Amino acid sequence: MGAVTAAAAAHLQLPHIDYLSILPVLIMMGGAVLVVAVSSMTRRAMGTGASTAVSLVTGIAALVAALFQWDSVATHGAKVTIAGAVVLDGFSVFIQVTVAVAVVLTALVADGYLKREGIDGPEFQALALLSASGAMVMGSANDLIVIFLGLEILSIALYVLTAMNFKRAESGEAALKYFVLGGFSSAVFVYGIALTYGATGSTNLPEIADYLARNVVTSNGVLLAGLALLLVGFGFKVAAVPFHMWSPDVYQGAPSPITGFMAAVAKAGAFAAVLRVFVSSFATVRTDWQPVVTGLAVLTLLVGAIVALSQRDVKRMLAYSSINHAGFILLGLEAADPRGVAASLYYLFAYTVMVVGTFAVVTVMAKDGDNGHDIEDYRGLARRQPVLALSLAVLLLAQAGAPFTTGFLAKLQVVSSVVAVHGYVLAVIAMVSAAVAAFFYLRLAVVMYSPTGSVADPLPSDGAGDTAEVTELLPFERGSDQVPGLAVLTDAPPIEAVAERRVAVPRLTALAIAVSVAVTVVFGVVPAPLIDFAHKATLLFH
Amino acid sequence: MPASQPFPFLTVLVLLPAAGAAAVALVPSSRTARWVHEALGLAVATATLVLAVVVAVRFQVADAGYQMTSDHTWASSLGIRWFVGIDGISLFLVVMAAVLFPLAMLGARARTDKRSFVAWILLLEAACLGSFVSLDLILFFLFFELTLVPTYFIISGWGFARRGYAAIKFFVYTFAGSAFLLVGILAVAFIHQSQTHVLTFELPALARTHLSGTEGVLLFLAFTAAFAVKAPVFPFHTWSPDAYAEAPTAGAVLLAAVMAKLGTYGIIRFDLNLFPEATHTLAPLLLTLGVVGILYGAVVACVQRDLKRLVAYSSLAHIGFIVLGTFALTTQGLSGGVLQMVNHGLVIAALFLLIGWIYERRRTWQVGDLTGLQKSAPVLAGVFTLVMLASIGLPGLNGFVGEFLILSGTFIVHRWWAVAATIGVVLAALYLLWAYQQVFHGVATGANAKIRDLGWGERLVIAPLVILIVFLGVYPAPVLDRITPSVNRLVAHVEQVTHDRQPSVATGGTGNTAGSAAAAVPAGDPPVQVRPVSVHPTRGAR
Repeated sequence: MGAVTAAAAAHLQLPHIDYLSILPVLIMMGGAVLVVAVSSMTRRAMGTGASTAVSLVTGIAALVAALFQWDSVATHGAKVTIAGAVVLDGFSVFIQVTVAVAVVLTALVADGYLKREGIDGPEFQALALLSASGAMVMGSANDLIVIFLGLEILSIALYVLTAMNFKRAESGEAALKYFVLGGFSSAVFVYGIALTYGATGSTNLPEIADYLARNVVTSNGVLLAGLALLLVGFGFKVAAVPFHMWSPDVYQGAPSPITGFMAAVAKAGAFAAVLRVFVSSFATVRTDWQPVVTGLAVLTLLVGAIVALSQRDVKRMLAYSSINHAGFILLGLEAADPRGVAASLYYLFAYTVMVVGTFAVVTVMAKDGDNGHDIEDYRGLARRQPVLALSLAVLLLAQAGAPFTTGFLAKLQVVSSVVAVHGYVLAVIAMVSAAVAAFFYLRLAVVMYSPTGSVADPLPSDGAGDTAEVTELLPFERGSDQVPGLAVLTDAPPIEAVAERRVAVPRLTALAIAVSVAVTVVFGVVPAPLIDFAHKATLLFH
Repeated sequence: MPASQPFPFLTVLVLLPAAGAAAVALVPSSRTARWVHEALGLAVATATLVLAVVVAVRFQVADAGYQMTSDHTWASSLGIRWFVGIDGISLFLVVMAAVLFPLAMLGARARTDKRSFVAWILLLEAACLGSFVSLDLILFFLFFELTLVPTYFIISGWGFARRGYAAIKFFVYTFAGSAFLLVGILAVAFIHQSQTHVLTFELPALARTHLSGTEGVLLFLAFTAAFAVKAPVFPFHTWSPDAYAEAPTAGAVLLAAVMAKLGTYGIIRFDLNLFPEATHTLAPLLLTLGVVGILYGAVVACVQRDLKRLVAYSSLAHIGFIVLGTFALTTQGLSGGVLQMVNHGLVIAALFLLIGWIYERRRTWQVGDLTGLQKSAPVLAGVFTLVMLASIGLPGLNGFVGEFLILSGTFIVHRWWAVAATIGVVLAALYLLWAYQQVFHGVATGANAKIRDLGWGERLVIAPLVILIVFLGVYPAPVLDRITPSVNRLVAHVEQVTHDRQPSVATGGTGNTAGSAAAAVPAGDPPVQVRPVSVHPTRGAR
């Protein structure tokens, strides 16, 4: 390397590169390159099993690298490297960990999915790794340009992943929609960067903060326009209302494991960037952007929760639920202090685990061709596969904010961060939206625990509700058609109505679901480690 | 605050049923006998009862403060602690809950999937006991919310025809109420933090927070919203007839007897301690709601053709009495309210068990379909008579003691509310006696003539309740002796803030100042006769 650049050395000053600060990113990209390179150099493309293995190893290696990063941050403090483009601090480490966890869980889910759908080739895992590296870049970016770089790496890989299931027309349609709107939002975002640069003379986040701290911008139209455009760009990525229009279609159309991955990783990356940009760089002008964020948060919370009520497609419902969650994470941004940032970080991690686990169940529930996501397809699941049903019930309850789960602690923290800055009304709106959201999570749970063709669905449709009044029997004698919770199949005699379809749960997917449920519950009961991690991550936030 | 006990009785009391629930859930049902889960569950519930009795025995009678406290870090970054303790107000609720859970488990067994049923009931017991002993507000909230999950599954799993609808309605209503409670808790804690620079959720600390008038009123309303839904207080009761009616017998027993008390207990424990001034200001509002609840519940119960709904509405009326006694803010009224919580729990549990057994025999709750049961089921009729009379408030049975204290405690300070409430007592006699006449008297025809009387198992279940109903009616002194010091302390706390002294007669001789009691004696007015009544009410009755 030295020999190559020797001639140019006099003119070109290469920045010092602290490789540790971008080690997880390099590992992710390395994994992706490895998968693609091996496939193109060998006679036969890499099998699904092999590419899954590479993905898993890469994800775990990134986690280990993040551990070293954490150690470095804890002993030497935060540092800015690569000519001020990248920052290594607790915040960035937390995002790397979150993304790496999403990668590992998704790789486990995707393996079974790819085999079932017959999607050969290693591209799927390679693109997922690349996309994750983009989110990681966003988490550690210290410059608006680098954020944009990460955003594009993340998004472009996701566009392709969305289209990955070529058997489904919806998949391609969703990808096109995502691509057009995503491209549009990227353009808006770049324009925001340009205007911000025009107003402050820099794209470097600390320099922007410095400039705004030292100068009072008297006519700040350009700055505000830049801020607004940046917020719109981020709003698209995190699917905040009113920039959410793409998300239900894309969530519905994308391959199910990718939907979970997208919900987790795109949110993690985009929220990492928006938190860093607004809380650190634009802290001095917070009175200008906080009202806008309040409005976004209120809309996002309410629209997400209310529109989800009318969804009958589980993936669409989860898309709106994801919008509702984005509203909660915005609360942490609204608070704009270390408490709020820690709360948002915690929420991102908790949500990542919950949503990937939830979509893992959705993935195995789908019929061949990734169809059959109507809520009615879940009817009687508890009877057929009680463990699967209980796992989904736990994950849904956690998303609803049931106590002793990470979902509750996440909501508690974001709400407490806005209450601490006297955002009482916003806090009440958030919690009421959580109550509304509980309704549709439970609707799915009720359907799972209901026998085929009964009334338990509170929104009766397709005539399903009419049979109920007739079946007034002694509750205990309706037999095995209602087996909540923990029943083992052998416990109850089989009845003809529900003998329809048991879905296969591949071993790796089962592992992913088990891990998600375990993390969600264990850190809900023993909360200290994860909460402390999130809080320390922001103490080192500069 | 007393020093921690060497043995953490209360912590074990909460964790024992929780561990039991996990154990029952983990014992596989395929390889074991069918009764193993129920036996294990019953053993755990009985052990919990023994522990609760030990707690009651070790309870220091004269000590008004929190006893047997234990205080541990739970989530230090968030200031949440595992802080549990017990005083005269919560002691008997704990004992009552511990008595009712094994009885409900035994008296209303599930026919299907016993394992899940027992596990959910034990989890519910842990959550209820946890709520009664928590002195950290977030910990309380966690348990308060946790009660929803098992209840939801019990209703939707083993309930009657419209169980899905009822379960969701119950969950969402109470969840929405809790939204305000959570925001309220956080707001109190942060106001406290701004005054003392300590973030804590411990009740004794937060009770010393200085709140402005408006703050206090708003926070009181936020807290009361959650508790009023849970209790339920009119007009927040609309979920309860559905939930009670559609729940399986065990679910109805536990909902009405134990979980409803979480609401009224929450009002006494948190509203009165944290917001004494607002409580005093808004007492007329709550008194009015209590009276409306009494009258409305009674009137609607009068027109019910369905026994279970009749009992559900009678429960609403009785909860109204508890609210009335609480907001009289006199020693007698509050003591009566606390005692009536226990009384109502025992009576309503017995009523729901009895009509559950009637349903098992006749498959109907329609009063019109039942007649002359007395002939073939004399024991059932006899027990029903006694329980019904206790519910009406016949002297010598426990219902009378509580209602009398409440009415006399209210009469002293809010005469007309007490007068209006008395009409409710008359109506209670009307609807219960009328229903009794229909069901048990008359000529038995058809299936009614061949009804099976109570079996030995059922007699064994109902016997403890009957004994307690009679015992508390004849000799309530041991209970009142333990309740009164804590109630006095609470009333003194309210008076200290509001500078509004209750009439000396209302302390009933057990007052905090000897002078006030002495001053009342020479006056020689009729109310003075109330004085001994609060200690040994049956003397007044004879």
